[in-house]
Amino acid sequence: MAVASSTPELQVIRPSTRWVDLDLRELWRSRELLYFLTVRDLKVRYKQTFLGIVWAVLQPVMYMVVFTLFFGRLAGLQTQGQAYAPLTLTGSVLWLFFANSVTMSSTSLVGSSNLITKVYFPRLLSAASPVVAGLVDLALSSAVMLGIMAAYGYYPTWRVVLIPPFVLLAIGTAIGVGSWLAALNVKYRDVRFAVPFLLQLWMFASAVFYVFAALHLREPWHTLFWVNPMAVAIEGWRWTLLGGPHASYAHVALGTLGGLLVLVAGVVYFRRKEREFADIV
Amino acid sequence: MSSPAHAIEVRDLAKRYRLGEQDVLHGSMRDAFANVLARGLHLARGRGREKRDTLWALDHVTFDVARGDVLGIVGRNGAGKTTLLKILSRITEPTEGEARIRGRVGSLLEVGTGFHGDLTGRENIFLNGAILGMRRREIERKFDEMVAFAEVERFIDTPVKRYSSGMYLRLAFAVAAHLEPEILIVDEVLAVGDAAFQRKCLGKMSEVSGEGRTVLLVSHNMGAITSLASTCLWLDAGKVRRIGAPGEVVAAYLSEGHVSGEPGYADLRNPDLRRGVPKQTHREVLFESVRLVDAAGQTSGVFFEHDPMRIDLRLRAHVPVASLEVLCKVSTLEGALVFTLTSGVMDVDLEAGAFELPVEIPDLPLKRGRYQLDLYALTRVPQDDVRGVIEFEIAGPRGEVTDPRHARDILGVVDVEHEWGGVRQAVAPARR
Repeated sequence: MAVASSTPELQVIRPSTRWVDLDLRELWRSRELLYFLTVRDLKVRYKQTFLGIVWAVLQPVMYMVVFTLFFGRLAGLQTQGQAYAPLTLTGSVLWLFFANSVTMSSTSLVGSSNLITKVYFPRLLSAASPVVAGLVDLALSSAVMLGIMAAYGYYPTWRVVLIPPFVLLAIGTAIGVGSWLAALNVKYRDVRFAVPFLLQLWMFASAVFYVFAALHLREPWHTLFWVNPMAVAIEGWRWTLLGGPHASYAHVALGTLGGLLVLVAGVVYFRRKEREFADIV
Repeated sequence: MSSPAHAIEVRDLAKRYRLGEQDVLHGSMRDAFANVLARGLHLARGRGREKRDTLWALDHVTFDVARGDVLGIVGRNGAGKTTLLKILSRITEPTEGEARIRGRVGSLLEVGTGFHGDLTGRENIFLNGAILGMRRREIERKFDEMVAFAEVERFIDTPVKRYSSGMYLRLAFAVAAHLEPEILIVDEVLAVGDAAFQRKCLGKMSEVSGEGRTVLLVSHNMGAITSLASTCLWLDAGKVRRIGAPGEVVAAYLSEGHVSGEPGYADLRNPDLRRGVPKQTHREVLFESVRLVDAAGQTSGVFFEHDPMRIDLRLRAHVPVASLEVLCKVSTLEGALVFTLTSGVMDVDLEAGAFELPVEIPDLPLKRGRYQLDLYALTRVPQDDVRGVIEFEIAGPRGEVTDPRHARDILGVVDVEHEWGGVRQAVAPARR
């Protein structure tokens, strides 16, 4: 039984000021709800699909096939001596995690409007749970990716211990962009049309089907390339798996900074708009 | 002023909605840019606009709830009851004022919030419990109890979309009923389900309040309010009309009937009657009044079962009208729609000005109880939308007047013409 303690916690409800309270403590307290929302997302995602979870694997493999045919064979993209297929496969796996997470996240609030208008919970969980659910797909497609890599003679080395930071960068960027788009989508349904387009452009800038070293960029493009957190995440992730040329520390720091900026900006925007979600969604 | 004996202290709490802006908010960025431009132009003409286009859904409300109290909240549709609950549950923010709440709040504005049809009963119990703020271990501990309450043991691993609506409701309420917050906020959840289910919920509710928990309860079921509540708050047009002993407040509320004072008539030019959730309408054709007329040609708020009723509508057009469609929706006070009278699209030739439109119902098919009327007018676009504008009462079969609040749950709301055959001994079917 819940026993009212002698001094129950006092909660004051009043119009919020412009100041944004991130209230990370509340988020931490709600971690179980994040877990249940993620489980729901996972269970529901592939319901009534014929191939089910196979989609998680099929997507990056198809990307690999198409990219290899078009860019590898026809366009003859330079690869700095590496086989093209594993190069684009590793890029596709992490990119698809990011792109799918952002897409799902951007519609999360509108999709759960019945929840938002009927019950209070930290709304950020709604935008974050698709990203967490995406990690399961990422793990699965990574397992298949390792198999294909082995067929090309690539085996994991000590460098895999450096995978987490780069995946973390992708997660942070996905949550930042996802929550920003989700909040925007509540008010402007334009987001639905803009997201696929935005992601497509972003993919071209993120070294998914090429390696940076093959670009021979001049300044300021050379530095600008690394501001994109997803470029750093994918180049770094690919290096941990395949080896080859790697980014300088300064460039990694630049991309990490970019990722942090996106994360903070996205979450702060979300938090500021959060208060009116229930009124307009 | 602040006393720890109070679980909730509400001071000058207010919520303002902008009328008509909802559509813009739902729209596109292009609209938003256009709006910003328009607002810039309007600045030069002063701030008169703001007053006309806003509505205080909750208009500076002040009250206290002592710890362990059960506060029943009554009021007509659009009086601000749900807005108040939503603010106290932190779903939406107040525009002004503040509320101080001591203790963990659990709110139940809807039964089965977050239920997902593709998930099984078991999965939904955990998801719904977590959404309502329960810890996982708490849910595990009470799991068997909930399943037993809902009587769905055999189907607990079946997706809930295969459940009957009764099973679905029972399961949803079972989760909610086992919440153990210090403060429980409940909105009209008793309006759903059959009579047996409602009684079960009421039983569980009084159990909850018996445990010394603070409860805020919105209901149109006056019986539930008087039997459960220790204090009753009457909200009227967003303001506190009266607060006190449930018997007195409920009696005052029921005797009030209509704002206009005349039963069976409502003047819709009175802005006080046009309240509730703001909707996007063009407002070139507006309802001016509605009058309910009985067989004797008298304006009346009380009818008997199978009486004739005429609804006299008066509207005003501010532009010439070439096509018109009018809808009258009759629903129970709990909000369940009983039937809709639709005029269909009428080709008309009306100049700007007032016009009348009567609707005849030769034989009211309603059982005893209180009902309300919503009105909609459309040309090619929505023009006017007024909810709960008038209430009327069906007193029972002609010649027999009883309290309309009883027996609704047994009799239902529709009186269907039918005939029973005589009882006969069944003939044993022939063997094949």
